[in-house]
Amino acid sequence: MCQHSRVFDGPGISLPGVTALRLQVEGAGFVRVKMCSLALFPPPLPSGQTTLCESNNELLSGTNSEERLKQDSSPLSLHFPRESLKLHSRTESSSKAAFLDHSETLWMRSAAAWRDGGLTGLLNEITTSHAEVPKWLSVSSGCVLALLRWVSSFHGSLFPHLTLSSEDMIAEFSQVLNWSDCVVRAFAWHPHTDKFAVALLDDSIKIYNPKSATTPTLKHRLQRSVAAVRWKPLCASALAVACQNCLLVWHVDPCSLSTRPSSGCAQVLSYPGHSPVTSIAWSPSGSLLVSASPVDTAMMVWDVAAESCVPLQRVGGGGVTFLSWSPDGSHVLASTPSALFRVWETRMWTCERWPCLKGRCQSGCWSPDGSRLLFTVQGETTAAVVADLSETTFNTPDGEIIVGGKIQSLAWDPRGERLAVLLKGDPQTSSRPAIIAVFKTRANPIFELLPCGFVQGEPGVEPRLMQFHPNFRHGALLTVCWSSGRITHVPFYFLSAATPHIGLSGSPSMPHPQERPADFPNQSLFTELIS
Amino acid sequence: MFSTEANCWFIRKVICWRAAASIAWAVLLLPPTTAVFVILSKFSLLHPIQTVTECLSLMTSASAIFSFILLGGVIIMVGFLILEYHTVIPTIACSKIALFGQLLHPRQFVSSLAYCLMGMIVGWCCAVTIGFRYETLCYSCAQSDGYPQMCLNEHHLVFLLTGAFVGLSHSLLGVIHNLNYVSFHSVQQYKYLRFKGSLPLVVKFSSSQAFYSVRNFIALYFFLGYIPRAWVCKTLNLHLDSAVHPLDSIAGLLDLSLLYHLWISATFLLFTWYITLLLFRIFVTEVYSFPVQPSFTEDAHQCLPKVLPEEQPKILKFLALQDLALLSQHSPSRRSEVLSLSQPGGHPHNWNAICKECLCLLADLTQRLVAYHETVAINGRAKSMSSGSEKRSSSETSGTEELSPRPAFLMKTPASVFARSLAGGLQSPLTAPFTPDLDSPFASPALRRLAAPVDPGSPWYGTVQSPHLMRRAPKLWSTSTDSHVNGSPQPSPASHLSPKEESSKPSFLSQFLQNRKDQVKNFFAKRVLIMYLFNKLPEASSQALFADSQAHIWALEGLSYLVQASFSEDQFGVVQTTLPSILCSMLLLQEAVDRHFKLPHASSKPVRTTGSMGDSTYKTLRFALRATLKTAIYRITTTFGDHLKAVQMSAEHRKRLQHFLEYKE
Repeated sequence: MCQHSRVFDGPGISLPGVTALRLQVEGAGFVRVKMCSLALFPPPLPSGQTTLCESNNELLSGTNSEERLKQDSSPLSLHFPRESLKLHSRTESSSKAAFLDHSETLWMRSAAAWRDGGLTGLLNEITTSHAEVPKWLSVSSGCVLALLRWVSSFHGSLFPHLTLSSEDMIAEFSQVLNWSDCVVRAFAWHPHTDKFAVALLDDSIKIYNPKSATTPTLKHRLQRSVAAVRWKPLCASALAVACQNCLLVWHVDPCSLSTRPSSGCAQVLSYPGHSPVTSIAWSPSGSLLVSASPVDTAMMVWDVAAESCVPLQRVGGGGVTFLSWSPDGSHVLASTPSALFRVWETRMWTCERWPCLKGRCQSGCWSPDGSRLLFTVQGETTAAVVADLSETTFNTPDGEIIVGGKIQSLAWDPRGERLAVLLKGDPQTSSRPAIIAVFKTRANPIFELLPCGFVQGEPGVEPRLMQFHPNFRHGALLTVCWSSGRITHVPFYFLSAATPHIGLSGSPSMPHPQERPADFPNQSLFTELIS
Repeated sequence: MFSTEANCWFIRKVICWRAAASIAWAVLLLPPTTAVFVILSKFSLLHPIQTVTECLSLMTSASAIFSFILLGGVIIMVGFLILEYHTVIPTIACSKIALFGQLLHPRQFVSSLAYCLMGMIVGWCCAVTIGFRYETLCYSCAQSDGYPQMCLNEHHLVFLLTGAFVGLSHSLLGVIHNLNYVSFHSVQQYKYLRFKGSLPLVVKFSSSQAFYSVRNFIALYFFLGYIPRAWVCKTLNLHLDSAVHPLDSIAGLLDLSLLYHLWISATFLLFTWYITLLLFRIFVTEVYSFPVQPSFTEDAHQCLPKVLPEEQPKILKFLALQDLALLSQHSPSRRSEVLSLSQPGGHPHNWNAICKECLCLLADLTQRLVAYHETVAINGRAKSMSSGSEKRSSSETSGTEELSPRPAFLMKTPASVFARSLAGGLQSPLTAPFTPDLDSPFASPALRRLAAPVDPGSPWYGTVQSPHLMRRAPKLWSTSTDSHVNGSPQPSPASHLSPKEESSKPSFLSQFLQNRKDQVKNFFAKRVLIMYLFNKLPEASSQALFADSQAHIWALEGLSYLVQASFSEDQFGVVQTTLPSILCSMLLLQEAVDRHFKLPHASSKPVRTTGSMGDSTYKTLRFALRATLKTAIYRITTTFGDHLKAVQMSAEHRKRLQHFLEYKE
């Protein structure tokens, strides 16, 4: 039940092409290292303490009241209590029961079944209403239905995820922990300004901007089960939303005073068979948008302005679940529900298959220069592992706490100095909380991961979603959405080694042994061996 | 065919070879397609083995080989027609009558005739291949008196006519759906992958198109079928077999096997033609890499800075611009060649030529947009001016009054602004005409109002300025335009003078002429057919305005990527000298595009047609241009950031740029 993250490492700074990349990886091979564990981390905080920030190379914590005081003063910290959201009391199918049964003709019912459920719905309707149709018709449609079910169960046994409902599928493949229960379902910082979009449980999206008093709320008929939101780079207004049945691209005028932009501001991008959409990614140049659905084996590349798309079809994998565009724009990671993921090269759109895995790739992130990809695999135990995140027990004053196991998502800050890993916990047992582990990373001269610490919130509240601010000037800023509906920001103050500049309260982040606490003698979890 | 001799090298060396390759592939794909067609047409569920042996024996027979050669000839001919008629700039008909004009154009007529003939040939091949009762045009039949004579085989005739009809409708629909238009994709893919990706689409589209064509043909044949039948009988001296049902009856046409064979033949015909078209598009839009720096002097005319400014052939210009956009984005080594200095002399000739050409393109589009906006605006403004001239004295003013400045400005300023900005060219800074000229149409009404003190008499005095009204303002002009223009390009503004305003005393003659003109117009406006023919298609004028905008999109991308790269790669400061003019022309274009999108129909989205062979990208080019333009400006502002404050530009542009720097556009 343990899971590791691993790295593939391109040749130095730039990645000339896929062939070179493959050569490099094959030449170097996977490097076996002595695995170290989360035990090197400082123990989690006692109950009631929350992580505030990193300063002078250590994580500072505070008690609840302090934190609340600080958070309330900050304009960007938000709280969405679950009770404040107006939820759909019933889903549409369950509301059917509230109405009296109205007998329609067979034709009408068949047409409705065809519209709602397609061929299977139609056959089902004919089979069930055997009193009205000729016997041969109901029998034959029953046979066809059985055959279809047999085929689909066979297909489903190959790709088990296809039997899930679309909501379950989003919850399964989302980067958000426990998506179906989340108050904040998606979160996105604007790539250039201090503005962010929050998708809530009631299918609305709110946009917060510290410089403006208005917070536009976006609602649309088709905006249901939002799995991801992303701002378009090099644009102030466009926001892409991955919904259950389609993709929406909102154009929210930043100067507009309207709090409820009309649904005419949204472009609807849909393609038959491409739903639910679980992941989207903009190219860093802002020209293209890729979208993925676990049901569709094709990845869509959208030209948003023209509303046209190019399906990039590859057989195998059974769908595409997660997409991540490298910051230099040259590669796209596309993971599938099977033990396979692909790295697309974006110039001619050819892909490289990575089938050598034990489980599916749950999450991944690129280093800022696009030369390194860090990804997590479910159930992987061997090969080049940069960090061992298997379960580790910490003894704290409140008792034993077990940390580690499955990884939900990864986030690398835009400078490439901090890596946040959201670890799944077990909601039933209080001693196994979900937690965010933060590593310090260093790319030069060799790739290194060093422990930084755990980010924790209030007691009984687990982190669900995290994202780094794309251009925080004093280091890195990690935004965490908690299960209570609260959004907090944890700053990591440090001086970047690559581009030194004066921060507010930074200290050099590069490890100086004398500054470190003495009880972590072997800090480096993984040291790349250069062949 | 092409005016400039110097660039025929490109047609000769590149385009022709690409077309030849695409035709060769189309011919090579013919055997498998024909095999599938034969199997599908002969298939019988009850005797599968018999079907296979029949098909094998048929495909090796002499007649099959002959018809195969014929089909190959048809494909080559179709390939030539596509090569001859292809265009990278779609022709957009602004009204129904223009569309009819296109359809009846002699050039188009020749192509329709050729397609018709080729369709007939393919129809004959299909009839022969399917064999059985379709094989020959005539057969010997026994008359009632027992004397044998030659009778007409109507089934064969129907096949020939179907082929001709499908060919004709393919050609006509090609004009309507712009099948000749070759669009460039924003996603580069290898040829094989592109082909593989579009193949299902082609199969789907050709079968559905064949279905509609056959349906139409059958309806036509039901009513008019006796004409060709009688004609063929008469010319070939054939007789009709009285024992056989004539096909132009309900019983005759409801023959399912005949319908199936007609449909499968039409699908086969359209499929082979669409495959040829698809292959041509894929081959011809493939990226061609032009050298930036000529390695030998005799190749100098083939390098990018020389090729870019050429107007003809268009495909060369488009491919050059595409190459520019790609090199500026992906290739640091070629970028460094663009930004390098010439060896003796140290002039940035490459950059100057490229930058100049791109800026020319942008200025050209800006000018076009402003001119269009003016024609639309003049119609509306002059009208409201003439009716508002009297009202102005009274305190009762309408909202339109504010939007109708004095006619002198209308006639003069925009043109003069352009004259100056164009004359200023690239060498002189473009800033001079754009110092806040508050009365120029370039200053937005909002800005004008902000700058000028509010006139106490105006309705705006003391009222809250509703942004709604402001936004609606341009629509006020053009809705009235739409309802009155009725397709005539330049209606006289005076035609709508109310009797009360005749005090402005035009001469009697002009008044009389005006009245006549009005009467004629009113007379025609009442005839529905004429209205239908002459009414402007909504959006069409907007689409036509942006028809070649793919070039502008690449120019914008190329420029902005090069400028972005220059931040770190430009060693000699080559780009910095042109940065003000680049920013200026981009901002000007941005303003013009913004104004254009406030016109009615400009921002309405066309209905998305999925699964069509006719490329409809030209319908959305204006949106793509708008998005690319914004992204291009943002690319420059995000790269340079506050350094842009040191760039010399007019106050208005600085303000605009500040919006971009603050991410408020």
